[in-house]
Amino acid sequence: MRKVAVIGVGNSKFGIRNDVNVSELAFEAVKPSLEDAGLAAKDVQFVALGSVGAGAWYEELLPAVVVGEYCGLTGAGLVRCEAACASSSAAFFSAYSAVASGHADVALALGVEKMREIDTPTAMEWIGRAGYYFWEFHNFGLTFPAYYALYASAHMAKYGTTEEDLALVAVKSHKYAAMNPFAHLQNRVTIDDVLSSMVIASPLKLYDCCPMTDGAASVVVASEEKVRELRIDTPIWVAGIGYSSGTANLSRRRDFVGLDASVLASQRAYKAAGITPSQVDFAEVHDCFTIAEIMAYEDLGFCGRGEGAKLVREGQTEIGGKIPVNMDGGLKAKGHPIGATGCSMVYELTKQLREEAVERSRQVPLKNYVGLAHNVGGTGHYCYVTILRR
Amino acid sequence: MSSTSMPVIKSRPITIVEEIPISKTLKFWEGLKEGKVYATKCCKCGRLYFPPSADCPDCLCSDMQWVKLSNEAEVETFTHVVIRPTSFCEYKPYTVAIGKLKEGVKVLAWLTGFKLSQIRVGMKVKLAAKVSQEGNPTYEFTPP
Repeated sequence: MRKVAVIGVGNSKFGIRNDVNVSELAFEAVKPSLEDAGLAAKDVQFVALGSVGAGAWYEELLPAVVVGEYCGLTGAGLVRCEAACASSSAAFFSAYSAVASGHADVALALGVEKMREIDTPTAMEWIGRAGYYFWEFHNFGLTFPAYYALYASAHMAKYGTTEEDLALVAVKSHKYAAMNPFAHLQNRVTIDDVLSSMVIASPLKLYDCCPMTDGAASVVVASEEKVRELRIDTPIWVAGIGYSSGTANLSRRRDFVGLDASVLASQRAYKAAGITPSQVDFAEVHDCFTIAEIMAYEDLGFCGRGEGAKLVREGQTEIGGKIPVNMDGGLKAKGHPIGATGCSMVYELTKQLREEAVERSRQVPLKNYVGLAHNVGGTGHYCYVTILRR
Repeated sequence: MSSTSMPVIKSRPITIVEEIPISKTLKFWEGLKEGKVYATKCCKCGRLYFPPSADCPDCLCSDMQWVKLSNEAEVETFTHVVIRPTSFCEYKPYTVAIGKLKEGVKVLAWLTGFKLSQIRVGMKVKLAAKVSQEGNPTYEFTPP
């Protein structure tokens, strides 16, 4: 296997983007990623696109083809990857594999999602079906917040995690999103704002939930030889990738206090990178709901089982703490354009590791120059953990 | 449709209804109409499956037998769904629970007959087969 580096990244503005269609939105991420790498579209040999709502919450059934043409990538090897909310981490793995295996010298991973072309109940319907439609949606109408709410109730009952603890995650996310010009929600919120917001699926309330967001992110990866040839200043190396999956039926899970897929994927990623959790300087974790961030701390080994709430209470996941988490506002406040989130996490890791262009107020201190992205698809149905090192 | 101040073109509307095969789990759906909840058990490795499965994911054997489940369950977790998807908008907010049965399998279903404030993780409930208001065979947790 060859060494692979991230050499270019781009991220569109996240938000309600009814000013652009899927191709125009993707272009906003692809163009800056190619410029960042110093390459033209024709230099890309393989393209993997992550997107979930094709033909469902937006109109194009073959977004990879449509976006490929619009961005000048036609002719390259092309695939759309689906791993629910981890789709563009799967795309990143696909692009990485193409280069690591020697099939390609330059590959592009891209994520794009248009979630705001349909009404909210229909969006709730589509996303609620994203588990096991036949056994858990058809008769029971589970929604995506409800899936995570099942985990929240169990975590609260077992470890004494409170609604105030969950609110602290939202307060932190909004605080950092307010410093991120790409973020969907840039308003700061208080614990009382979160606690008094409307119940979506108990115990989760509106401010415990990520918004439905339009957005795109793009990442160019290259081989070590290509990095040298292009004289890339600050290549960000892929140190390790781990992946796993969980049962479709939530009723087939061992417990509801953590995601086994996250535990396994992170253990595999740490092993591939040859590091332990304590060597990670900062992380992007999959906080589609506040409970998801608390479980991620535990699943990724940043603290012991049941200690996730304590970590956020102590401010250990803020700048200056033990391990800063989601300094871009996270899915919770930066927004969660499902298929774009994985590549947007890689964008943030790359910018932070280069210590460039990130608003200084949210630049993390670097000791080992190692960042981790944890991207979950569905409710622990898929998981990818990507570790990057400068 | 979503409200937007931006100029848009509306896509052509389509209605999709899939016909989902139930030949291999027919006994389960017929059983619900008779007030019984069935699981399947692998004749080779002995593992019990709920939801019922016509093939064994553990040993890939397709020789399965039907086993009627007891109705004794304990709540492992629950949520009260207030904001509902389009196809459930006609319903009042509902509570979904995952209960663990005496036999060890877990079931996800609606939990009815309790006030939300009474529901606790660990409480005993009964699993009951029923026919829904739409005429679909289903199952739910109720007070024991």
